[in-house]
Amino acid sequence: MEKLKISSSPHIWSKKTVSGIMLDVIIALLPAAIASILIFGYRSALVIGVCVTFAVLSEFLFQKIIKTKVLVGDLSACVTGLLLALNLPVSIPLWQAALGSVFAIVVVKGLFGGIGKNFANPAITARIMMLIAFTGTMTAFTAPLSPDLTSTATPLEALKAMGTELPSLKDMFLGIRGGSLGETCALALLIGGIYLIFRGIISWTTPVCYIGTVFVLSLIYGGMDFALYQVLAGGLVLGAFFMATDYSTTPTRPWGKVIFGVGCGIITSAIRFYGSYPEGVSFSILLMNIITPYIDKWTRPTPIGGNK
Amino acid sequence: MAFLRMPGVKVPHRKHTSNKFPARITPPEEVCLLLSMHIGAPAVPAVKIGDTVKIGQLIAKEGGYVSAPVHASVSGTVKRIDDITTAANQLTKGIVIQSDGLMERYELIEPPKVTDRESFIQAVKNSGVVGLGGAAFPTAVKLNVKEGVTVEEIVINGAECEPYITADTRTFLDRSDDLLYGIELLLKYIQPKKIIIGIENNKKEAIQKAKKLFENKKEVFVQTLPSVYPQGGEKVLIYSTTQKIVPEGKLPLDVGVIVLNATTVAAIAEFVKTGMPLTEKCITVDGSAVNSPANLIVPIGTRIKDVFAAAGGFKTDPAKIIMGGPMMGHSMPDTEYPVMKGTNALLAFDKKEAEIPEETPCINCGSCIQRCPLHLDPPAFGKAHMLKDTKALEKLKVNLCMECGVCAYVCPAKRHLVQRNRLAKNMLKEHNEKKKKEEAEKNGKA
Repeated sequence: MEKLKISSSPHIWSKKTVSGIMLDVIIALLPAAIASILIFGYRSALVIGVCVTFAVLSEFLFQKIIKTKVLVGDLSACVTGLLLALNLPVSIPLWQAALGSVFAIVVVKGLFGGIGKNFANPAITARIMMLIAFTGTMTAFTAPLSPDLTSTATPLEALKAMGTELPSLKDMFLGIRGGSLGETCALALLIGGIYLIFRGIISWTTPVCYIGTVFVLSLIYGGMDFALYQVLAGGLVLGAFFMATDYSTTPTRPWGKVIFGVGCGIITSAIRFYGSYPEGVSFSILLMNIITPYIDKWTRPTPIGGNK
Repeated sequence: MAFLRMPGVKVPHRKHTSNKFPARITPPEEVCLLLSMHIGAPAVPAVKIGDTVKIGQLIAKEGGYVSAPVHASVSGTVKRIDDITTAANQLTKGIVIQSDGLMERYELIEPPKVTDRESFIQAVKNSGVVGLGGAAFPTAVKLNVKEGVTVEEIVINGAECEPYITADTRTFLDRSDDLLYGIELLLKYIQPKKIIIGIENNKKEAIQKAKKLFENKKEVFVQTLPSVYPQGGEKVLIYSTTQKIVPEGKLPLDVGVIVLNATTVAAIAEFVKTGMPLTEKCITVDGSAVNSPANLIVPIGTRIKDVFAAAGGFKTDPAKIIMGGPMMGHSMPDTEYPVMKGTNALLAFDKKEAEIPEETPCINCGSCIQRCPLHLDPPAFGKAHMLKDTKALEKLKVNLCMECGVCAYVCPAKRHLVQRNRLAKNMLKEHNEKKKKEEAEKNGKA
């Protein structure tokens, strides 16, 4: 008989794995990715391809260079690349998209210790970097269903400008409007988000609190129609389901998720109503990322039966 | 407090043997009875090498108040007294008895005279019965309630939440007379206000049987529990059945509860009825490397290899052998180790099942914190342990961890969480002991 293996219990493990979770996130993002190709044409696929390729490649090379274990197989870089792509306008120069991916993986994730250790969401931080570095191309939005890439204003810009014509609410829901690749089609994002909740990957708490807060504040600020537009416009649905639920950078406890969601909602609304930028989703999530360690500390569970 | 959750996790049941009627194995050629197969002081040998013994004869007396006597499980000759390292890495002695193959009962065995509470507890003491669910705490000590303390509930643990194990289920199905008698004894002599029998809902037959059995007893309640690991953990079971929380550093009795395993109750009943002490145990033999999974009644002290041989041997070379369940059992270094009183399962895993998944970085998903039945924070323990921060460990209550393994089970990154909790727990314990000693020395000098 061969030597018997000795190990500390438990001797069985659940089937859940990191790559399985990431694969579920990718599956959940597929409807939005497909919608972006239908709405903005084949160039969407190109942007997604470039972002994913550069994200995965830069993760692989970075881990090779700093001589740690190569963990590209966990698919997390793929998720980051995909998310970043969905946050970019379709007309973005490809070299800028590639640079954004490398920044997300190397600077935001890798330099802080890799998966699970980064305090800020890589895709969001990269998008903000690009917004500041390449303001022109990052805010040049293309009209939907236009093969010749005519430029258009986003609904949020239109809301701010007042008087500019807005797409109908139905078009808003289906995503027939100007905006980033993946943020426009609320329907596709909802399908993906519900899939993630159903699979137990994310909890409903953050998205519901986030979108709910924006809705209620907008209702108070501008009435029902305004509130519906606010919810469907910009990157709110994408951010609430896919970026405010990132494991590494958001709280782990249920009440922490509530604080995170409500906090994001308040900051987003404040920026949208009073700020000079039309959109505040990225900034709000990044700001809440920063205080996440404190939220986790405040909401640490009390041990059952523990003495004070 | 009713909204409080003790979450736990759904583990695969793998109760392949719940329909397997326990078979008595052919007695082994020799058995090795450990002197320390219970919590507390080791038993003290009462026989010499060369003595002939028969089944049920006392071979080691209890070595203190928290201790239990050991009885011969086969008839034969005392061959040696060996030094043995236990699964928990403690050194103990084992009395090796060479069987004469006759399996003769000790002729002086007669039912004890049980007339009152004291004689009942004495009987439990003499029976050598310890917690048979695995913890092996001497049952007589548990039942020996101080005067003035009322026992409100006795909870009978039939949860059997570990995968594979069906030994307790078989107790409900096959030893219902003993169980009934045991519960009558408890009602008569310990006088709790209620007895609650907790069984997980994946054991339909056992629940039916128990419900029927106790139909006419108004103090006995059969409670169906959700099949969520670790439902059978003492604190979890107490909460599930009585909604009481056992505070840190306290015993169940401090909240008026005694928890007894179902098989323990049956073993007490058998002793009071017949006078035969605990000498055999029904154990579940299962796992991917076992030829025919079964429930087997084996003499205590039977070596692991003999038990597996009785279950038809191995299909393939076993890569890991586990004494107990897969969630909390110990992996054994060889097959010479003997079955103890608290052993309820022996599992043999093939190479594939024994593989330990690779540990990858924590992704901060929070599954472990969410699932911990006691609402602890396992990753924080690991960090504090790495930094040797005993103050943080104290504050995080690592000492409450019951090592159920839920955190490590659910972790998608396959991190060794409960394993680190154990290290952290030990570190805190050692630190506190050292501090105590230093303080004592200081006071001694002053």
